[in-house]
Amino acid sequence: MKNLRRKRQSSSDVTFNIVNYLLFGIFTIICIYPFYYLVINTISANNLSASGAINLLPKEIHFENYKKLVELKGLGPAALVSLAKMTIGTLLTVIGSAFLGFMFTQERMWKRKFWYRFVVITMYFNAGLIPLFITMKNLHLTNTFWVYVIPTIVQPFNIILVKTYVESLPKALQEAAEIDGAGIFKVFYKIVLPTCTPILATVAIFSAVNQWNSYQDTLIYITDQKLYSLQYLLYTYINQANSLASMMKNSSGGMLSSSVVATQQTGTSIRMTVSVIVVLPILCIYPMFQRFFVKGIMIGSVKG
Amino acid sequence: MKDANTAVKQMSFKKKNNWRSITYFLWILPFIILVFLFSYFPLHGWIYSFFDYKPPRSLAQSEFVGLRWFKMLFTNKTQVAQLMQVMQNTFAMSLLGILTSFLPVGFAIFLNEIKCKKFKTFVQTFTTLPNFISWVLIYSVAFSLFSSSGMVNTILQNWGMIAEPIKFLDSDSHTYLWMMMWNVWKNLGWGAIIYLASIASIDQEQYEAASIDGANRFQLMRHITMPALLPTFFIMLMLSIANFLNNGLDQYYVFQNSFNKQHIQVLDLYVYNIGMTGSSYSLATAISMLKSIVSIALLTLVNVVSKKVRGESII
Repeated sequence: MKNLRRKRQSSSDVTFNIVNYLLFGIFTIICIYPFYYLVINTISANNLSASGAINLLPKEIHFENYKKLVELKGLGPAALVSLAKMTIGTLLTVIGSAFLGFMFTQERMWKRKFWYRFVVITMYFNAGLIPLFITMKNLHLTNTFWVYVIPTIVQPFNIILVKTYVESLPKALQEAAEIDGAGIFKVFYKIVLPTCTPILATVAIFSAVNQWNSYQDTLIYITDQKLYSLQYLLYTYINQANSLASMMKNSSGGMLSSSVVATQQTGTSIRMTVSVIVVLPILCIYPMFQRFFVKGIMIGSVKG
Repeated sequence: MKDANTAVKQMSFKKKNNWRSITYFLWILPFIILVFLFSYFPLHGWIYSFFDYKPPRSLAQSEFVGLRWFKMLFTNKTQVAQLMQVMQNTFAMSLLGILTSFLPVGFAIFLNEIKCKKFKTFVQTFTTLPNFISWVLIYSVAFSLFSSSGMVNTILQNWGMIAEPIKFLDSDSHTYLWMMMWNVWKNLGWGAIIYLASIASIDQEQYEAASIDGANRFQLMRHITMPALLPTFFIMLMLSIANFLNNGLDQYYVFQNSFNKQHIQVLDLYVYNIGMTGSSYSLATAISMLKSIVSIALLTLVNVVSKKVRGESII
């Protein structure tokens, strides 16, 4: 077999291989380089990075940019809000999806099919931006932290994922437990939760990434600056980075010696440093959750 | 006597079962209420499109205007022109999205031709990364690279190729293509995963049999891999047609500025702009209501087509 393969390596095959490797190599670099560019610019001398001299390697490495972030008003609270909405939101989504996904497999439930459709069909329509905003306002959820997490508790797609998964488990498990006198909650948390870990991990990861990355919720429902999420704050920084930098310059007394220039905050440095902070959690957990992708996507496509 | 006994037993059994089926329902009731509150209840907001609703006043104090907003959408000249532009943008972005939807298929097929496993994993890992980056951050990246003091302009100026910085972001030239490019960059690697998974499930014997029959590599790609990916491609295509009007707000809002506003405003962004910043709540509601209705019609249509073609519905 190996010989057969080798014989078929014609010259057109070789060119094809080279071009193929080259194209994928280039595209991969295009995908990584922007993040690399951000990182090396935040740790290089600020006057160099502002003049666009840092493209391949960092020069005159320093970490002043990260130290000075503490002085940025609003960054700390926003990071807390983002962390809180990520953890609490994810927890609630996982609980909601796991419990509902499991309960919808219980054939004894009153009008189970109807309620399942009632929930799942909401995937395909929405009332629109303004009606949703007015509803949230009437429920007194706007400008509260809860607007970030409560609407995400019930997510039809995740419920489908969990339900499909639970249905693939042997029914005898639950029956045996019930004969031993376990109630529905005991079955749920002693049997279903442990066996569903892979699918729940998938749900958790996607929900965590979504919570961390979303800025639309802040944009629409939040006007109170204390409740800004990190993403939204970054957006406002990008739009006013230069004025921020001059503000920080003034606060440091206005004395400017040449040695300060390298570490002096510029609009560019602030924007890039905050960007790195925002992307860092994703880059850190990315290698860990990468293996869950295919699993999640494949189960999802069984019934999309 | 015996009969009566079993009858009683059966009744109590039934009662117990009924009670249990109700308690099961009661446990999920809180969640059902949430679904009702956040998905069904907001639909009542559609009535705002028949009023002249201005926020500090309540709906009861607002004037009932009937179909005024709907009429305005189709008769008022400036409004019609604006809406036509918005529709053109929406169609352009969605069509470009559909036109580029074959790219992930190609990506998967050609990546599958790479035999070095390590390189393959490397490519797959890093090309999926942009999908997990928020649009705000992508805008930040775009700003770093393409703003007038960004990397690209600096390099071009240093090399003496241009005298003045090119305005990539704050101009209205090629807005559609730029948006398409960012979209492809973000989604290509991720979109390919589902096709790579389909390729992995193709029976290897097919390839072996065909290559023994003398098929070369390109023939294998053309006649075995591609047909195997067709069903998945079809589903994805149908879904993107169903979502033709739903471009979302995320990408376009961050890239929007006063220069490119004319061509970047897709329907979702337009509704946001006139509703939340322009405060014409009623007009915005009218538009999003029409949008929802058209979307549901599209979804139904796509579902019917899918049933005819594949014998299976999408929903």
